[in-house]
Amino acid sequence: MSVAKILIVGASVGGVRTAQALRADGFAGRIVLVDAECELPYDKPPLSKGLLLGMTDSEKIRLLTEETASELDLELRLGVEVVGLDAEAKQVTLAGGVAETYDGLVIATGVAASWGPWGGLQGQGVHVVRTLAGAAELRTELAAGGPVVVIGSGFIGAEVAASARALDLETHLIDLVSTPMSRSFDPEVGEFFARLHADRGVITHFGVGVDEVSGARGDLTLRLTDGSALKAAVVVVGIGARPATDWLDGSGLRLEDGVVCDEHLRAVGVDDVYAVGDVCRWTDAGTGELVRAEHWTNAVDQALCVARNIMRPEEPTSYRAVEYVWTDQYDWKIQIVGRHETAVVRQILGDPNSGRFVVLYGGEGGVLTGAAVANWPKALVTTRKAMAAGRLLAEVVDKLDGGAAPEAARVGVRA
Amino acid sequence: MAKLTADFGACQGYANCVVAADDVYDIDDDGIVVLLKEHIEESDRARVEEAARSCPVNALQVVDG
Ligand SMILES: Cc1cc2nc3c(=O)[nH]c(=O)nc-3n(C[C@H](O)[C@H](O)[C@H](O)COP(=O)(O)OP(=O)(O)OC[C@H]3O[C@@H](n4cnc5c(N)ncnc54)[C@H](O)[C@@H]3O)c2cc1C
Repeated sequence: MSVAKILIVGASVGGVRTAQALRADGFAGRIVLVDAECELPYDKPPLSKGLLLGMTDSEKIRLLTEETASELDLELRLGVEVVGLDAEAKQVTLAGGVAETYDGLVIATGVAASWGPWGGLQGQGVHVVRTLAGAAELRTELAAGGPVVVIGSGFIGAEVAASARALDLETHLIDLVSTPMSRSFDPEVGEFFARLHADRGVITHFGVGVDEVSGARGDLTLRLTDGSALKAAVVVVGIGARPATDWLDGSGLRLEDGVVCDEHLRAVGVDDVYAVGDVCRWTDAGTGELVRAEHWTNAVDQALCVARNIMRPEEPTSYRAVEYVWTDQYDWKIQIVGRHETAVVRQILGDPNSGRFVVLYGGEGGVLTGAAVANWPKALVTTRKAMAAGRLLAEVVDKLDGGAAPEAARVGVRA
Repeated sequence: MAKLTADFGACQGYANCVVAADDVYDIDDDGIVVLLKEHIEESDRARVEEAARSCPVNALQVVDG
């Protein structure tokens, strides 16, 4: 292969896995990995769970060490922010003004957590959870005691609330929506998880917003839209994240909620630029829609696809993967496969109250379109395989249930 | 030949390995990985290593021997 130097901006899971896949694929040129953070590359999922609980530590979650990087001959440039791209000249600008050239560029800059209007309280006991340093700081503050108020009940907010309860702290979870993780679960399943959090002692405030956060470290006050006020020692903001593309402004890349890519994960409008992971908004090969995902497995799958396409640009592979995300809360292992929004039929197997169930979603014609799985490993494997193979919901039911279950119900019609 | 190893204590049952290589990896009813083979041919190593790298908790290794 003629490409001599691949530059990867962002050395988190998307960037690191791309580098590893390139080497596994026999790429013999230079691979330079640049990241703004000074830390050796690390994995993010434990930041809101095991790391806060002290069940893992920073050394156990490294994606690369000095040794593994040098074994693969990866040039790691840590603590170096990239501030600009000149796609015509095939070079990026590093903070300080130095240019770094490339033959192929991989954009893996992920997303940055949103602070909402509360960025000014950073360092005053108000946190987002996105970096190892930030999570370590949060862990120290949690050790000093609660109450903990979590704003936003998406995955990260719900996980932090579960972790805070595991640490036996008074914990509040606030969200404008009526159920947690509402983008991923249908309302009934969301309702179930709202009850799970309440049962575990989280004081939930759904359908309520936050008007104001004031005060200082250790003595924060939140004013809620229902007129009530809460005291907090620690506030965690989990209201979403924004693609980290500021450094690409004016580069000629199409930026619309991420780096817009074709189905081969090549940035549209420029040559030899790819995007992977949370920052990548790719064209779905089936529907032509632009999609972006903030899930670990998506970053890893895209890394493989990009490495392949760099090695074999003449016969590029389309990115096709079944969406998959897990979340671990309390002693619950919850996974989501595919999507529920487009479903016309829906069926529950198992019993939510027994702690083990799967909700299956099907489209017109009965094809499985998604599943929400809780504490049921076999159902997870079965639904992931069935989604990849385009199987029918009924086939999954047969496999898991031996055909004993009643037929799937139309969505919106409750038995 | 290459040898497969797993850290059964670390495994969280996320099932990425099974999706990537179900001739080599499975998970049991408790959600712990099952190695369906002890050894694989060198020629299969790249594919299985790719599956091992898809493990979110780094519980899978492919080693010489
Ligand atoms: C707390 C938390 C818990 C999570 N839990 C789960 C989970 O349970 N399951 C799941 O499936 N997913 C989970 N995720 C999501 C998963 O971690 C992400 O999908 C994954 O990290 C995306 O990887 P990435 O490489 O695309 O981007 P990121 O991990 O966001 O990394 C981007 C990197 O780019 C660097 N960077 C950004 N801008 C620049 C620049 N201008 N110059 C140089 N470097 C730059 C950053 O420093 C960073 O290291 C979680 C995420 C978080 C934050």
